[in-house]
Amino acid sequence: MLHIFIRAIRDILSNSFLNAVAVITIALSVLIISAFALFFINADAVMNIWTEGIRIMAYLEPGVPEKKISKITQEIQRMDGVQETRFIAKEEALEQFKAQIRGQSSLIDNLKENPLPDAFEIRMAEPFRNNWENFETLAMQIRAIPSVEEVEYGQKWLGRVIHILNLFRLAGYALGCLFFMATVFFVANTIRLVLYSRQEEIEIMRLVGASEGFIKDPFYIQSLIQGGLGGIIGLGTLFVTFNFIVGNWKLEIGTWKLGSVPNFEFPISNFEFGFLSPEISAGILLGSMFVGWLGCYLSLRQFLKV
Amino acid sequence: MQTFSNDNFIIRIFHVHKRYGPKNALIDIRFDVSENEFLFITGPSGAGKTTLLKMLNLGEPVTEGQIIIDGVNLSRISRSRIPSLRRKFGIIFQDYKLIPTKTVFENIALVVEAVGTKRRLIRKKVRSVLRTVGMEGKSKSLPPTLSGGEQQRVAVARAIAGNPRIILADEPTGNLDAESAGIIFELLREFHTRGATVILATHNTELIRRTGGRVILLEQGRLKTSTIIPKLT
Repeated sequence: MLHIFIRAIRDILSNSFLNAVAVITIALSVLIISAFALFFINADAVMNIWTEGIRIMAYLEPGVPEKKISKITQEIQRMDGVQETRFIAKEEALEQFKAQIRGQSSLIDNLKENPLPDAFEIRMAEPFRNNWENFETLAMQIRAIPSVEEVEYGQKWLGRVIHILNLFRLAGYALGCLFFMATVFFVANTIRLVLYSRQEEIEIMRLVGASEGFIKDPFYIQSLIQGGLGGIIGLGTLFVTFNFIVGNWKLEIGTWKLGSVPNFEFPISNFEFGFLSPEISAGILLGSMFVGWLGCYLSLRQFLKV
Repeated sequence: MQTFSNDNFIIRIFHVHKRYGPKNALIDIRFDVSENEFLFITGPSGAGKTTLLKMLNLGEPVTEGQIIIDGVNLSRISRSRIPSLRRKFGIIFQDYKLIPTKTVFENIALVVEAVGTKRRLIRKKVRSVLRTVGMEGKSKSLPPTLSGGEQQRVAVARAIAGNPRIILADEPTGNLDAESAGIIFELLREFHTRGATVILATHNTELIRRTGGRVILLEQGRLKTSTIIPKLT
């Protein structure tokens, strides 16, 4: 095994230019695909925190009896994607409102009756929050309940962000596939060029009875090394670039409310962009080695057909 | 036509045809080769000598008919058994087919290693075969720096390095002067004496007369004659 490895290293060095080009191609592909992965992982983390803050508010008609309220609570809780349903009585809502406007609470004190309706505050479970359509569907279902007068969930812009992010995700998958195929094709061609340059040597080895493994194994090792090196260089470049851009900069949003956008808060404090986890990095590295192996396999299969 | 009545055949060829598209390269070839025979295959250029040698070593598939090597039918051999069958052969080409970027030593070591020799024995084996062909002093040279005769001696060393039972030599003296040709020919005779079966495709009638033996004449892809030529005394 060690000897095959040494032969593979010797082959890499004797065809250093071709091999360097293959390694750079793999590194570039890994860099682009990993950059996409890094973007989505961080975007998902931010979106997750954002969508965690989204609540659907369902306002009830005046005078809904208590019995019916508990029935509606159960009905909402049974709906797909609902994580938590909290009933907010109009008295509690008024207290909250007073607390919010503090200094001007005298304005409310003069009111003869509470103008606020009874309401439900509904939060969605995590997997459902990733798709904006789920918010809309749930809101429609709640609105269909008799006694529910109005449903609010606002944040149309966030819906659009989620939608754009999903489009980006799709584009990322498509680009990933494209780069995967392009890299496999390129590695296969590089190996093919090496095979052509050593055609006579391979032919002689076959004629004297060298086994398929004796001929092919160094090429496979070579392509695995190419893939591994490409992966390390690609991930390393991404890591350096990531640290350069992000550095110690922290996105400090804190917990704040958008006055103009109701029912929404950013419960984010000191969000910090993270690099790819060791598991994902190892996955990408293995993937790049697989790309090298696959390119080699396709090339050898075609070249050593006879 | 003289037939060989020896049952100890290492190669048997039955009604073999080889076609390249519409062109017939070999037509209905049949003969046997005995163990430790020195067989000449002769004939004009394009007669099918090289094609026949290539088919024996599984370099070309048979279009029709059957070839049996040491009891193995080449038409039915599995892909995984091909390398072990090829190890029975040592091949010598007219154009030497040495790897120009590898030294003499490396050219031979590659073959010794490819046939599965243990690592610690490779160096010893390569030195031994280089000594046999009188090239031990050139082990570090690159093939293009050697003369034609020297390159062919290296090619012979490579052919015998795996201890083959059969040596296939395709015009091994075709590019050489008389002296170098004589050296190569003597080497082949020596291996024959040691027990190898030698099949030699050549135009060189002088060598045939000097050695004597069975001569198969091919013409336009057909086996014209198979005769025993007595050794010139």
